[in-house]
Amino acid sequence: MSIFDTTTLSAAGVTPGSATAAATETRANIIEATQAAEDAVLTPKDPGAFPHPLRAALAARVAALGGEPALAERYAARAGGSAALADPAQDGTDQGLSHLMAFVDKVANDTRNIDAQDIAGLQTAGVSDADIVRLCELVAFLAYQLRVVAGLRLMTGAAA
Amino acid sequence: MSRIVHKFTRTVPQWQPRVTPVKLDEATPEQLDALSVTPSNTKVSAYVLTLAHDVESLKVRSPLFNAIMYDAGGMSRAEREVGALAASMVNRCIYCAAVHADRHAKLEKDTSVTDELFAKGENADLSPRNRVIFDFARKLSEAPVGATAEDMAALREAGLSEEEILDLILSSSLFGWANRLMHVLGDPVREEVSA
Repeated sequence: MSIFDTTTLSAAGVTPGSATAAATETRANIIEATQAAEDAVLTPKDPGAFPHPLRAALAARVAALGGEPALAERYAARAGGSAALADPAQDGTDQGLSHLMAFVDKVANDTRNIDAQDIAGLQTAGVSDADIVRLCELVAFLAYQLRVVAGLRLMTGAAA
Repeated sequence: MSRIVHKFTRTVPQWQPRVTPVKLDEATPEQLDALSVTPSNTKVSAYVLTLAHDVESLKVRSPLFNAIMYDAGGMSRAEREVGALAASMVNRCIYCAAVHADRHAKLEKDTSVTDELFAKGENADLSPRNRVIFDFARKLSEAPVGATAEDMAALREAGLSEEEILDLILSSSLFGWANRLMHVLGDPVREEVSA
């Protein structure tokens, strides 16, 4: 896979031959490791309580909330039966997952106000510590990827 | 007794997990393998043992982190720390902000930039170059689409190369990730000194 085929560079519209592409080629190891990190949170061998389609839905949700509709669409396409949760307007009540949706949305977009009660609330709802870490890694990676995509797009000079 | 640290500081606190970390003597072979890719394998931190709950992410994360912050070329290490610090201040990750302010001060052999940032936040009196670097990283941290074409133009006008701009995007975005682990999964604490 060329670095230009990774989710991050293709979502940002970085194409070979541009000045932005030349810069990313000097950091090809980082672009490749970013794809490996994406695979680790979207399609891990051990998904814990979060099957791959649900992970894709959550990724799409975080991307949509972050103002990256094209990336949201890419992830939503892999969300299968969990696709409803890709829509940030859905609070997860219908799926019995409202506690998870509230946590995901807060970690993604109101990080500074997360406190011990947010974690205790998940534990009370029966989410295991390992699954809490898995969920944080998924949202945290997306926070990184969305910003790299948005930053690269600014580098290319394209409008959002 | 320990108390939670709420104010920005360069004195690095302890990190106290809100979940139970993996116990080293109960770790699976996969977890042990992922733990060995971290810089210190004799004494594994509570933070890394916490992240070992998601072993596949931990394994890819450490090399990625090191490449973004330390690989040769591009932006100076100290300026990458400004990107990391801006994100950590936006997300109020006291622990990350302490580590990276301390690193910046040591790399620059000067505490004035981080003193100023901790005292005045976004209104800090900074050099023109640090000003555009901090502002871009702060806006990108506040929201993925928070930085604008004008902010990008300001980086170029301040003389940053394309490689430096890419490194700034990477380092500040990386802390969008790191803050959402450190600040969410644990508390920064300091032991109370009893009289």
